[in-house]
Amino acid sequence: MSGLLKSSIARKVVMALSGLFLVFFLGQHFVINITSVIAPDTFNSWSHFMGYNPLVQYILQPILIAGVIVHFVMGIGLELQNNRARSVKYAKYKGSANASWISRNMIITGLVVLAFLGLHMYDFWVHEMAYKYIEANPEDPTRYYEETVYKFEPIWRTVLYILAFVLLAMHLLHGFASSFQTMGVNNKYSPAIQTFTKIYAIAIPLGFAFIAIYHHLNPITH
Amino acid sequence: MKLNLKIWRQKDAGSKGKMMDYTIDGIDGDMSFLEMMDVLNEDLINKGEEPIEFDHDCREGICGSCSLQINGEPHGPDRLVTTCQLHMRKFSDGDTIVIEPFRAKAFPVIKDLIVDRSAFDRIQQAGGYISINTSGNTQDANSIPIEKENADDAFYAAACIGCGACVAACKNASAMLFTSAKVSQYALLPQGQVEATERVQNMVRQMDLEGFGNCTNTGACEVECPKGISLENIARMNREYLAANIKG
Ligand code: SF4
Ligand code: FES
Repeated sequence: MSGLLKSSIARKVVMALSGLFLVFFLGQHFVINITSVIAPDTFNSWSHFMGYNPLVQYILQPILIAGVIVHFVMGIGLELQNNRARSVKYAKYKGSANASWISRNMIITGLVVLAFLGLHMYDFWVHEMAYKYIEANPEDPTRYYEETVYKFEPIWRTVLYILAFVLLAMHLLHGFASSFQTMGVNNKYSPAIQTFTKIYAIAIPLGFAFIAIYHHLNPITH
Repeated sequence: MKLNLKIWRQKDAGSKGKMMDYTIDGIDGDMSFLEMMDVLNEDLINKGEEPIEFDHDCREGICGSCSLQINGEPHGPDRLVTTCQLHMRKFSDGDTIVIEPFRAKAFPVIKDLIVDRSAFDRIQQAGGYISINTSGNTQDANSIPIEKENADDAFYAAACIGCGACVAACKNASAMLFTSAKVSQYALLPQGQVEATERVQNMVRQMDLEGFGNCTNTGACEVECPKGISLENIARMNREYLAANIKG
């Protein structure tokens, strides 16, 4: 098995599968978050469920964190390996002639998204862990909506989130379709897959940006 | 036309090379890029200087010998042509052209613009063959029916001339387009099935051993390939590889 993971194709497949898993997670995350705009009560009850359901907390959450770590560690490993594969660089290299900027700079968009994840985890997850496990506060199924809206009160956080969503869209624009190619799917359905992944890659981050802007513009006043 | 050339010069594999400037005049648009290089070399020889070494053989786009990274692209700015078939009319009077060897750790420079592409030979030797004896007992071509689509795809894959432009273009110096073409050529035909499992495993292992980078699906190889080898081949190789490893 460890021998297999040294193989370039196996590594690509790990990138693709962990990426697809994160893409799927993103969709689910969006569905929950959009309720904070259209139905705050639903948002509260779903968030509470996610926060206290043992299956989510002790199984799905660690799998998700592992997914991020695998995707990141593998991505960095690939970047280093690929840098070594051309030790003497070209004096003139016209990358734009044959490949998109997005596809050539997944490491940049990926690292920005990772940095954003750090902020995002700090904003919500660290707070949540402290609330539940350190401060050992009692369960309060109505707190999530207000807490979320409150987070987007400062303009700097809203802007940072939106910037991250732009980079996320770029990362997805290449990565989502690319994972199908890696899994060996390149056939008559590929144009449809390409279209679907493009729509998804733009719509989901746009939706997240909308949520952030919406809450920024509609603070809770009382 | 008159051109300014910036060309990589390197005495031998062990020496450090550098870019050198040359100017050349009287170049006709109908000349091929290699003929332009010949004119330059004539000049150098007449001046008593050492001519610039570059690879070439057939000069008709079929052998895969010629290489050259021209203005940042393998085989230059034109599409679906090798350097030997690139016409000078693609350039204009007064242009500066940067000419470098294909760069990859797995393609070390031997001298000037010549690189050692024997890594490709070793990938081919690792599995790019069939053990069915086809010499002396040739069957009628139609005795084994092959779907037209598969026959066509195998043929297109077999069009790869092993030039290495895919590696040169790729930001990761990955050899997956080449390797996948060589895998596909056999994977699509009944004769290739006997060794199918070991073939893809061995060829991919050799490709990795040679120190090529890993594919990130930028698609640069497909754009620069003079033979139009498609990314479908890489997807096919990935499928073959996954299937081979699941089979064990
Ligand atoms: S796949 Fe294309 S670019 Fe790569 S070696 Fe074959 S012919 Fe050359
Ligand atoms: S010299 Fe044979 S392909 Fe260019």
